[in-house]
Amino acid sequence: MSATSTQSSRFTLFPRLSGAAVAGILIAILLMAFLVLPVAQVIYVAFLDARTGALTLQNFEDFFNTTLFQQSFVNSFYVSAMSVVVATIIALPLAYITTRFNFAGTAIIQSLGFIPLIMPPFVGAVAMSLLFGRNGTVNLLLNDYFGFRIPFMEGLNGVILVQSIHYFPFILINLSAALRNIDRSMEESAQNLGASGLRLFRRIVFPLAMPGYLAGAALVFIKVFDDLGTPLLLNVNTMLAPQAYLRITGVGINDPMGYVISFILVAFSVFSLWASFLFMRGKDYATTQKGGGGLSKRELSTKEKILAYGVILLILALVLSPHFGLVLLAFGTIWSFSPLPDGFTLQHFHTVFTESAQYIYNTLLYAGTAAILDVVVGTAIAYIVIRTGLPGRKWLDYMATAALAVPGVVLGIGYLRMFHGIQLPFGLGPMASWWGIIIIALMIRRLPYALRSCMAALQQLSLALEEAAENLGASKSRTIRRVVVPLMAGGILAGFVTSFATAAVELSATIMLVSRASEAPLAYGIYLYMQSPAGRGAGAALGILAVVIVALGTYLSHRIIERDRLRTGRGEAEQ
Amino acid sequence: MKKLLLGTALGLLAVSTASADTITVVTSFPQDLTGPFKAAFEEAHPDHELEVVNRNTNASVAFLQETRDSNTTDIFWASAPDAFEVLKSENLLAKVDIQAEGIPDEIGSYPINDPDGFYYGFAASGYGIMYNTRYVEANELPVAQEWEDLMSAEYNGHVAMSAPSRSGTTHLTVETLLQGDGWEEGWAKWKWIAGNMNTVTERSFGVPDAVNSGSAGYGIVIDFFGLASKATGFPVELVYPSVTAIVPANIGVIENAPNEEGAKTFVEFVLSPEGQEVLLNPSIMRLPVNPEAYANAPEGFPNPFDEDFAPGAIAFDVDKSGARYNLVNSLFDVMITYRLDDLRAAVSAVQEAEAAHADSGNEEAQALIAEARTLIEALPITEEESLDPSFTGVFQVARKTEDTEVVGRQAEVEQEWDSFTVDNYRKARELAEQAAAL
Repeated sequence: MSATSTQSSRFTLFPRLSGAAVAGILIAILLMAFLVLPVAQVIYVAFLDARTGALTLQNFEDFFNTTLFQQSFVNSFYVSAMSVVVATIIALPLAYITTRFNFAGTAIIQSLGFIPLIMPPFVGAVAMSLLFGRNGTVNLLLNDYFGFRIPFMEGLNGVILVQSIHYFPFILINLSAALRNIDRSMEESAQNLGASGLRLFRRIVFPLAMPGYLAGAALVFIKVFDDLGTPLLLNVNTMLAPQAYLRITGVGINDPMGYVISFILVAFSVFSLWASFLFMRGKDYATTQKGGGGLSKRELSTKEKILAYGVILLILALVLSPHFGLVLLAFGTIWSFSPLPDGFTLQHFHTVFTESAQYIYNTLLYAGTAAILDVVVGTAIAYIVIRTGLPGRKWLDYMATAALAVPGVVLGIGYLRMFHGIQLPFGLGPMASWWGIIIIALMIRRLPYALRSCMAALQQLSLALEEAAENLGASKSRTIRRVVVPLMAGGILAGFVTSFATAAVELSATIMLVSRASEAPLAYGIYLYMQSPAGRGAGAALGILAVVIVALGTYLSHRIIERDRLRTGRGEAEQ
Repeated sequence: MKKLLLGTALGLLAVSTASADTITVVTSFPQDLTGPFKAAFEEAHPDHELEVVNRNTNASVAFLQETRDSNTTDIFWASAPDAFEVLKSENLLAKVDIQAEGIPDEIGSYPINDPDGFYYGFAASGYGIMYNTRYVEANELPVAQEWEDLMSAEYNGHVAMSAPSRSGTTHLTVETLLQGDGWEEGWAKWKWIAGNMNTVTERSFGVPDAVNSGSAGYGIVIDFFGLASKATGFPVELVYPSVTAIVPANIGVIENAPNEEGAKTFVEFVLSPEGQEVLLNPSIMRLPVNPEAYANAPEGFPNPFDEDFAPGAIAFDVDKSGARYNLVNSLFDVMITYRLDDLRAAVSAVQEAEAAHADSGNEEAQALIAEARTLIEALPITEEESLDPSFTGVFQVARKTEDTEVVGRQAEVEQEWDSFTVDNYRKARELAEQAAAL
């Protein structure tokens, strides 16, 4: 009797769960298990009295009473805001010129503009200081010939410069994707009504590209706010993220303030995100016409062309300089207090190829899998948040994005704490030392990147297209598969590429989770080399390989998407 | 690519079926050190295989703490004695009986092995000043021989070191000076040296990196960084000041190790004359703890067992250092690392005022400068407080004795120190500027 009643209640319960709801629940479980719970295990210390272990808010009171932390907060905020401004100044001309005009080399410029995101740990830092540091190439030359130096790399301004160069591709990628997605008819209508030039851009084009721009800008802001690598490299430690890091990772100390700061970083990131939602609310950026090729491209006059090339070359020279330094470092012998290395050699590449082949394979496997999972989960979350009315759907987005603010080392420790006790079957050993856990960590850490791109892509897509498909008899899942996903392809690709590229050089969580050198990714190999004076060149060589791999990956995924688009386009035409 | 796939697959298979002969080592040492040891060990003991997992010291300690319930590590191998102390106090190290001959009890005045037998010193390292010869030449600077030299105005902006809270070995150098010169004198020295710094790095390797690339002229480093950089071909030299701490780098077996016998074999190999000679490899360049190994050392290789070596070495009080370990780190961070800009501004102002009044005989200016110097050197706490358990307890979360009454919270104390320090630096700068204007 009771059995039948449960069965019948199940029977009525199941059909109500749509596919989206099931996906939403699965994703929520995934995020809980691999993000929220592990991090909570570590971060709850923030709410404990260090002495008695009782629950307290005392630590937060201390945080707000401490001058150093107040200053750190202001500095972090200032640096993040300024980085968004500078990154916009860098990204806007690149995105605008390459999408609006017929311009030879657009593909190359777009690809090159992406490379700064792939800054391998440590070596990128060394290369930057060898070029722009107090006694770097530029300053040594300036000092010799003109007798002065420019403090590029010092203080907060140094952090802003390096961060903008590093993270502007977030804006470039998302803004370019958004610009390409704009309905040409909008622009033509505006032109017919008499708008042109700057006014057209300011009133029509830029506002329509707003979802993409904001997605990129929010990423830059949050990422810079939470980033600790760059401030630490420049030895600026009066900012929040480095303060948290320094207080969590000391040997044998367990200062609760580190966890308080981590908590505040997470909370502030979610808040910024919420603020960007608020800004977007009540605005509809979707346009119905798709596949019209985006904005119409204009021919440039010769004079304009020269100007455009000049601007682009100047920007590229600036943003690619760290990688130029990396190349010098990888091919150079000894480089010390001189504008260029003393000599050049292939020795470092020889070392890397004979010793480190497995790192390359592991990186492709880990970062590739993680990025694919990211776009799958990212697309699903985007769809659930924007297109369904599931209760609590926004929280999927908040949770996933909060990963941006979780320091890698906190996530790593959380995983060890939660999963080391779990033994996997088939002799794989403890779950925390299984290589698959590295993929999961990378996926969680890079999910926000993919998610922002997918969200922006879906926001630009009008609901009317889906309704039309459904009116024509397509099922929900068929609509998603055949209409929504293909139309989001650009955004999904952008998400894949950012996730893949940044996962390929991630170190802070991986270093906690690597249990054997044979299962380690590239970034770990670079770390190994960079611990000794003799390894600097080899580390740089491995860094170059990382950049080349990611660039190839980017190029290949572009090709696949393009081919796919051509194929489906032709297929539809034939029907 | 196929071959690569196959190779990796086989590699994974081999790893997952690892037999008891695999010895898993967690270490903070670079490949340059572990590679030669692995090769020499596996040649001497073909039935054993060494699996080296490289993590920095902090990550290693965290890893061992988190994985204690199902430990997969046999050996921890790293420099910083304090990391071993942490592991020992949490019962993560095993007490094993190691057979090793010819290794004395002490090097300098520091005991080589843990007196309780939980970990063993296998190589010694001293602290020194590393400098970039091209940098020094280009800036026409003298070569600093002693720590005191780094205090003078001509080195302003040319010095680098890492924070003691980030590097156990730097901590020992800081503590050595505090013990050698006394609490107040020692801190005063550090502040004047720090006033000349262009950077306080977060990683200990950041210092040799800065000197090698020429972004800093002088670095306060552990000796092998300097020796190995020089051996690699960088234009750098290393000098040992007469007051230096000689500190052993250590190796210890983990409690409940899956392969304890193998672990023992490896530790004994490292301490054997054969293993000790591996340390003389040009890319390692660490000082063996077995005096006999120096017979084959290259010309000019420092020998800490030599009578002439570091004559000013002090009797290092391990207990004192241990009692205030976290307090000294925190004080250094509050007064120097986090307030480096304020400190530098104050020190530069004093140096300029002193240069302006070097022989002016202006007594009012001299008085102002003296006052500014006192303000810079002022400390928020006395040596007695630094050793008072109810005060040092503030800086330890895992307390050994529960009955010690602790006063205050770390964040609260640090805030007090911070406002004290920042105020003093600001006033010192104003006074020095007044003096310079006279």
